[in-house]
Amino acid sequence: MKEFKGRVIAAGDVTAEAVVTKQGFNTLASMQMMFIQSKTKCVDQSNPDLYKKLLQGKALCLPQTIGSTTGGMFLYSAVKAGKAPACLLFSKEIDSLAAAGAVLADVWSDDAKMPTIDKLGDAFLDYVQDGDRITVKSDGTVIVER
Amino acid sequence: MELTKEQQTILNGEKGETMAKVMKTLVQYGEVFGAEKMVPVTGDYGHLVLSFGLTFLGPVFDLYQKLIDEGCLSGQKFTCDPRPYDKNVPQSLLQKGVAKFVFGKQSRYEAQLAKLGLLDEDSYTCTCYLDEIGNTPKKGDVLSWAESSAVVYANSVLGARCNRNSGIIELFGSIAGFVPYFGLLTDEGRKADWIVELQTTKCPDAQILGSAIGMKVMEDVPYVKGLDRYLGTELTDKAKTYLKDFGAATASNGAVGLYHIDNLTPEAKEQGESLIKENAKVYVIDDAELQRVKDGYPCIWKNKDATPKMCFLGCPHMTLEQLKDWTDKIEAALKDAGNEKVLIPTVFTASTGVIKQFNKTPYAERLKKTGVIVSFICPLMFMDNPLWQGQPVITSSNKLRTYTTARFYNNDEILQIITKEGK
Repeated sequence: MKEFKGRVIAAGDVTAEAVVTKQGFNTLASMQMMFIQSKTKCVDQSNPDLYKKLLQGKALCLPQTIGSTTGGMFLYSAVKAGKAPACLLFSKEIDSLAAAGAVLADVWSDDAKMPTIDKLGDAFLDYVQDGDRITVKSDGTVIVER
Repeated sequence: MELTKEQQTILNGEKGETMAKVMKTLVQYGEVFGAEKMVPVTGDYGHLVLSFGLTFLGPVFDLYQKLIDEGCLSGQKFTCDPRPYDKNVPQSLLQKGVAKFVFGKQSRYEAQLAKLGLLDEDSYTCTCYLDEIGNTPKKGDVLSWAESSAVVYANSVLGARCNRNSGIIELFGSIAGFVPYFGLLTDEGRKADWIVELQTTKCPDAQILGSAIGMKVMEDVPYVKGLDRYLGTELTDKAKTYLKDFGAATASNGAVGLYHIDNLTPEAKEQGESLIKENAKVYVIDDAELQRVKDGYPCIWKNKDATPKMCFLGCPHMTLEQLKDWTDKIEAALKDAGNEKVLIPTVFTASTGVIKQFNKTPYAERLKKTGVIVSFICPLMFMDNPLWQGQPVITSSNKLRTYTTARFYNNDEILQIITKEGK
């Protein structure tokens, strides 16, 4: 078990299984088919870490998001529709698109949340692996169990 | 964040609960990045990224309806990304039917846009900054835009100031009239984290160069040296067209919101290498590196050896000069091959404004004779249809390649395929 501490962007407590990408997560490219999938799976052909893997309900561990500026809007819609990852865990400082998604979900959604933590450090992304059990706490603590 | 009295009043709810939530969102978003204040939006127009009435984006349309119902409308007119659908683009009956379902909220959404502040019916394009559309910010203007390719162009080529805002956030900025001050709005945020040393033997393909830089620097600011050898030191139409496609690739293959081109783009011309941060990282690009990047693009067609069923060019939308240039090239290549029409259904996409201008020239009839279709759509969104997934579509747009299953070829290869080889 290892514990990491980051900055809280959107607070919440959640436990979920990790899914990990070491490269930037292209939100539109990854999630554009989510609404016709029974559960959201990554469809980004350029991301071998995640391609065809389940994202919905997972603890998505990533450096940052990249690509289209629809990113935040897609994350917000995913949260509202119950199709989003359980939480977003960033090793680096969050980017503007993911921040928008997290903040929009936080402010405009009363019933669905997506806890989001950033600045967990490179050591977090070096350590965490697909399938690890992740526990996120409201104070920004992230516990990784294997 | 320190707010003005007016901003605090809004946050306190004196202009209604919905407007307070708009304000709260902007404040919370800005505070993530350490913004200490809001600054006025000074550009004449906004630009929105969401142009498609995707049935499944119901939560966004519900939010926009709330804004309309509460009178929270944009204080400035805005342009908007291209429409997603055109019945004139070749497709099967089944694909048409599915598109009708996928974009089932298009009419409702366009009615919402009109109420929120859309400039006019010809305002649907990702290249809003072209003369034919007229949403061309001035140097130093503060913008509340989204659309990654437009933001990176406005920042880099025009010298305006805009963060890589997400959809919804950009509209909130246009409604409030101010945006949080951080990142690419600040002098410090516009300094380069990377030096890109170009050592190629010829002018690189804009799409591949942009892709290579985007994948390397991600959201950082690159300062590119050596490109002025090929583009010159003045922002001619040709240079701007190159930078349009280059920038779109940096922004979609990475998350670049601003680049500087040594001796060419406005801030690089004014400030030179003083724009480069101390200890900036260096990325050397030569012919081999570009080839490595291109070879790394996966092909995820269901049948990798399939004959292409469609070719899309124009993501981002083509300029008038690009339409003319391609007309000349296709005519010449068809003549050379002894063919009359393109061998693969080919669609060029451009803004309505550019298409109207193009149609006034003799080129329009000439291009039509080659079998190429010109459309106003966003090919990316057009392909956001499950029946297009895995279909053998080809493109020379790195942005389209990134977001769809389209396969990338450079312009020379595309010309060869559509006029001579047919496969």
